[in-house]
Amino acid sequence: MDFSLSSEQREIQDLAYKFAKNEMIPVAHEYDEQGKFPTEIFKKAWELGLLNTCIPAEYGGSGFSAVDGVLICEALAYGCMGMNSSFMANDLALLPIVIGGNDAQKKKFLTPFTEEFKIASFCLTEPGNGSDAGGIKTTIKDGGDHWIINGEKMWITNAGYANLFVVYGTIDVNLKHKGISAIVVDPKSPGIEVGKKEDKMGHRASDTRGVRFNNVKVAKENMLGKPGEGWAIAMATLDHSRPLVASSALGGSQHALDLSIKYSKERNQFGVAIAKHQAVQFMIAEMGMKVACARLLVHKAAWMCDQGERNTEIASYAKAFASDSCMQITTDAVQIYGGYGYSREYPVEKLMRDAKLLQIYEGTSQIQRLVMARELLK
Amino acid sequence: MNIFVCVKQVPDTETKITPTSDGSFIETASIKWIMNPYDEFAVEQALLIKQANPAANVSVVRVGSVKDTEALRTAMAMGADDAFLVEAADNLDSYSIAKALKGAIEKSGKKPDLVLAGKQAIDDDALQVPQILAEMMNLPSVSVIVGFELNGTTVKAKREVEGGALEVYEVATPCVFATNKGLNTPRYASLPGIMKAKKKPMVQLSLADVGVSDADRRVKYSQFRLPPEKPAGKKFDATDAAKQKEIVAQVVGLLRTEAKII
Ligand SMILES: Cc1cc2nc3c(=O)[nH]c(=O)nc-3n(C[C@H](O)[C@H](O)[C@H](O)COP(=O)(O)OP(=O)(O)OC[C@H]3O[C@@H](n4cnc5c(N)ncnc54)[C@H](O)[C@@H]3O)c2cc1C
Ligand SMILES: Cc1cc2nc3c(=O)[nH]c(=O)nc-3n(C[C@H](O)[C@H](O)[C@H](O)COP(=O)(O)OP(=O)(O)OC[C@H]3O[C@@H](n4cnc5c(N)ncnc54)[C@H](O)[C@@H]3O)c2cc1C
Repeated sequence: MDFSLSSEQREIQDLAYKFAKNEMIPVAHEYDEQGKFPTEIFKKAWELGLLNTCIPAEYGGSGFSAVDGVLICEALAYGCMGMNSSFMANDLALLPIVIGGNDAQKKKFLTPFTEEFKIASFCLTEPGNGSDAGGIKTTIKDGGDHWIINGEKMWITNAGYANLFVVYGTIDVNLKHKGISAIVVDPKSPGIEVGKKEDKMGHRASDTRGVRFNNVKVAKENMLGKPGEGWAIAMATLDHSRPLVASSALGGSQHALDLSIKYSKERNQFGVAIAKHQAVQFMIAEMGMKVACARLLVHKAAWMCDQGERNTEIASYAKAFASDSCMQITTDAVQIYGGYGYSREYPVEKLMRDAKLLQIYEGTSQIQRLVMARELLK
Repeated sequence: MNIFVCVKQVPDTETKITPTSDGSFIETASIKWIMNPYDEFAVEQALLIKQANPAANVSVVRVGSVKDTEALRTAMAMGADDAFLVEAADNLDSYSIAKALKGAIEKSGKKPDLVLAGKQAIDDDALQVPQILAEMMNLPSVSVIVGFELNGTTVKAKREVEGGALEVYEVATPCVFATNKGLNTPRYASLPGIMKAKKKPMVQLSLADVGVSDADRRVKYSQFRLPPEKPAGKKFDATDAAKQKEIVAQVVGLLRTEAKII
């Protein structure tokens, strides 16, 4: 067994952390407060090769492993969980193409993301179907020499800025999961209406919108796999993307821990630094323990992807544990900061707001437990 | 055109420095090493020159331990072409380091047109190596530069002097410059750059290879220890107007007798 990172991985991690500390943290508050989309920072991260880590080398990617991907994602989330949501959504949208696309589709859709700065959206959730993604109602009908999409999507990250959508719909609602299909769509296609930007509790730098599809025509060759293979593609995507979401929770947790350690040594109450009070020490100990456990789970879940092993169970542990821990850790960070923690002038309240989403998207913490139980009891 | 950039590997700025128990040096086992921040300006300047003159070759040279090669690898990931590493203890003095750098540049077989280095290293803050190196190489040098413009075989270099004024020098190549903050904005090593750096050559040399021996040491460290902790400040309550005169006298007295600053 070997827990060490390669020297190359340490360099990758150092670069990503340096980027987070120099380019993201100093402006994270401003972007959050104004709900401003981080186009410049997004682009700069792309220029350094920090984005779209899932694209294989054959299609112009840097050939990163899933472990490399979570190392980078952790660091960028340390910088700002909200901005990182938008960065990560690119991978989430490109993964179905990596997993389910044929060679021509990969060349056509993935390679441009390595040549130019581009943004993508993953369109699965609908107003009436979130956790129950298998019940989606958006239809993909055969229109002869093209497909026709009708329906509505909700909570779509990057929708207002995307150059590419991967849309999930059904060829026949009665077929349930077996009808679900995934298709690549140009967001500028006639019939697509992108809704207003949601005003969110956290991840305010990230762009989230509803999207309506009214008789949208899409080329036949844009379907990923065969009609009806979308569910399998979506599930395989989640096995790869859950470690990423888990690693962003880890990044947020690590940031909250670092800030708590620093603040508790500087703040004096009852004549000593609050870090000398055992009640505070225990909160910090608990944070450290959870960060360490989450990191092991995240690395294992990603490492299993790289080994080609089925990681559904571990990926769910990683996603639920890292995001539930992140919620607890950021809440305790606010506690350690006392009244100052509750103020927007200090960084921890933002972490607490941002943490909450990680327990919701990409499968809620409850849905993760359903997956775990299914894996354990099968 | 051959450009040499001297880089030092120093402890990360957030490192908590602890002297070894015998005081002979600092504990290095758990240190995270980075490229000396002032050297980043030198690397960036060399890369800017290379961008304008694609035929230019940028070599990075370092003297120090071989356990970690972070600084050289970062420089190559930023875009330097090759690296030379002279294996030595991390506590060499400025004179030996300069002599080793000169030796490594000679060993490279490339005739230097420009030598760049950071104005100081943030570990020992000696501010000596570039100037000693220039003397040893018998080349002109300008230190603490914040402006650099290469025109053919002359360089126009600017340096800040007291009061914010600028001195402007015109220097014929080959020459040596020590770079300061403000000269440029160092680029990040990109991820593709990190991958490419793996395949770039790093030549390892010994002190003997570059003609440096213990006899070259001009400075020997006798002891490393932390500065004594500052005693807590004193507060004087002068809110009571009647007592103010007395308190002022007391403060002045203490500044004379205790702090000895007036
Ligand atoms: C900011 C943001 C960005 C997002 N980005 C994207 C995106 O880019 N693309 C995309 O497709 N989606 C995206 N989503 C959608 C996200 O994945 C869903 O919100 C999530 O899956 C939950 O679905 P829901 O909101 O409909 O909640 P619901 O499914 O209605 O769940 C409500 C509650 O019921 C619980 N629950 C539901 N079913 C069960 C069950 N069987 N057993 C136990 N508990 C259950 C849930 O855990 C939850 O607590 C985003 C969401 C947000 C908020
Ligand atoms: C929105 C808001 C409204 C407020 N309104 C009022 C008001 O109207 N009037 C007023 O007077 N005050 C008010 N307060 C102040 C509030 O009562 C204090 O913030 C609170 O008492 C905590 O003090 P502190 O913020 O200085 O945190 P600190 O005392 O610095 O505490 C920081 C952390 O250290 C812990 N800690 C401190 N000492 C110990 C110890 N001995 N053992 C273990 N743990 C310890 C704390 O539990 C906390 O987790 C308000 C605060 C806020 C945020």
